[in-house]
Amino acid sequence: MNEAAQPILQVRDLCIDFVLEDRTIEAVRGASFELGAGETLAIVGESGSGKSVTALALTRLLPVPPANLKSGEITFRGEDVMRMKPKQLRQLRGGKIAYIFQEPSTSLNPVYTVRSQIGEAIRLHRPDVTDVDTEIVRWLDAVGIIDPAARMHDYPHQLSGGMQQRVMIAMALACQPDVLVADEPTTALDVTIQAQIMELLASLKDRFGMAVILITHNFGIVSGFASRVLVMYRGRIVEQGPVEEILRHPAHPYTRALIDCIPRLGSKEKRLKTIDHAAIAAA
Amino acid sequence: MITTTPEPLALAAASPGRRVWRRFGANRVGMTAAFMVLLLGLIAVVFFILDFFGVPWPMDPNATNLERKLLPPNTTNLLGTDNLGRDVLSRLLNGAYISLTVGFIAVFVSLSIGVTVGAVAGYFGGWVDNIVMRVVDAIMCFPSFFLILTAVALLGPSIFNIIVVIGLVSWTGTARLVRAEFLTLRESAYVQAARALGQRGPKVIFRHILPNAAAPILVTAVLGVPEAILAEAGLSFLGFGVQPPQATWGNIIADGKTYILDAWWLILFPGLAILLAALSFYLTGDALRQAVETRSERQ
Repeated sequence: MNEAAQPILQVRDLCIDFVLEDRTIEAVRGASFELGAGETLAIVGESGSGKSVTALALTRLLPVPPANLKSGEITFRGEDVMRMKPKQLRQLRGGKIAYIFQEPSTSLNPVYTVRSQIGEAIRLHRPDVTDVDTEIVRWLDAVGIIDPAARMHDYPHQLSGGMQQRVMIAMALACQPDVLVADEPTTALDVTIQAQIMELLASLKDRFGMAVILITHNFGIVSGFASRVLVMYRGRIVEQGPVEEILRHPAHPYTRALIDCIPRLGSKEKRLKTIDHAAIAAA
Repeated sequence: MITTTPEPLALAAASPGRRVWRRFGANRVGMTAAFMVLLLGLIAVVFFILDFFGVPWPMDPNATNLERKLLPPNTTNLLGTDNLGRDVLSRLLNGAYISLTVGFIAVFVSLSIGVTVGAVAGYFGGWVDNIVMRVVDAIMCFPSFFLILTAVALLGPSIFNIIVVIGLVSWTGTARLVRAEFLTLRESAYVQAARALGQRGPKVIFRHILPNAAAPILVTAVLGVPEAILAEAGLSFLGFGVQPPQATWGNIIADGKTYILDAWWLILFPGLAILLAALSFYLTGDALRQAVETRSERQ
């Protein structure tokens, strides 16, 4: 789990546009980074900075059109993702690179039980598993669901938000991916559950040795979890490096502003900091 | 929230189908209407079988008896007789299966086309959606009853033609509805999650989108049946429907309208039958709509 032992995922000069009727929006401009096996990378940035778009582009999940993967290279274990055929892409999605999304309550299909949905994931990517139910129970247990054998017959609406997110994580892990992309996994949850889910992700990452890409706008989560951080601002990667270094010596004014936004216990200031975009643009 | 061993009952009630059924069961009007629909269905099936084996009951619906023509309701002919002395009750009961068959099969035809077209337009979007929906708009421009009338006049009035024409003309509403559902659902997080899981396109459509659109589709289906029944009655009334001597509710009225001042029972009873059938289906459909609408209800 040492960082950058051997990059399994490489992104080079990625440019993504959204072509609308009257204009073109440059969502990602020249993003380059790599991810080592077992490494934890955080992508930090505000809404619309291109972090989610970058993450979805890794397995070409963006709808084309309106999205347009204008240029750049994405390589997973030496294979060019941009040139993959639909079948290879389907194996990559979920099987090699799995996703957890922001809203657990809407990411689960309301008409199917937990068992049916995790079972679907297992059958898709691990056809050799014969006893699917045992496997489902095993993964539900791994994400800390009490009495998994009974709970797997529940429908999503019978679970709390935190449990739904645990189910989503179980679903992603059950395919035994090499990379787990967690796109703001705790944004929709309340603070105590957030902490539980982050702890769970950290322990699972160590236990199963997968790489994790954590997408967030919250620097507070990053410091305890990721080893390397990548800051995106207006479609560009403005800064990347080890977490401690960036937290201590942010080079880019946006990073500095972002770190200043973290509320601190015992701070004398009456008002919380906000980000002054004009000042950043001027800097 | 943490129950270690969920009761089998609670478990069953959690499935979306069960929840809809439970809410539907609590609606008395809906249940009464649904009961009427079932009763109508039963009558239709029984009389279809009787007719198939040539058993005339309570009387032969097509047996004329000019000595007993235009009799008001009496003990032998509970609902009276028509101008040829045929028993109105027998004709009404016999006409039921024609009306229901037309209703159900026409809805099946229109649903098949409407769901397919709507699903394609909604899932693929873009230019596919544009072309398909402009065609739908074009068809919707014509008043559908006159379209049906013209088509039946050209093709000839047989039961088969009537069913197919009604079905072919009435799918546009369903297509619009299904398209709108698909447009919303394809953007939903769980559809995106299914794609992110590496699920194939057709599987995403049939496993993840369609079941979530099933409720409104079911409602339009039920509401489509009385439309088709009324269309068939209207056609028969105008003489473009099912041809005599086969009795249908529409052509009993058509035959009886000449005697409207002398023989009220020739118009009233088939009219009531149509009203009752249409009302039952509408109320059932409405109750069903109410039962499925609170889909996001948490327990």
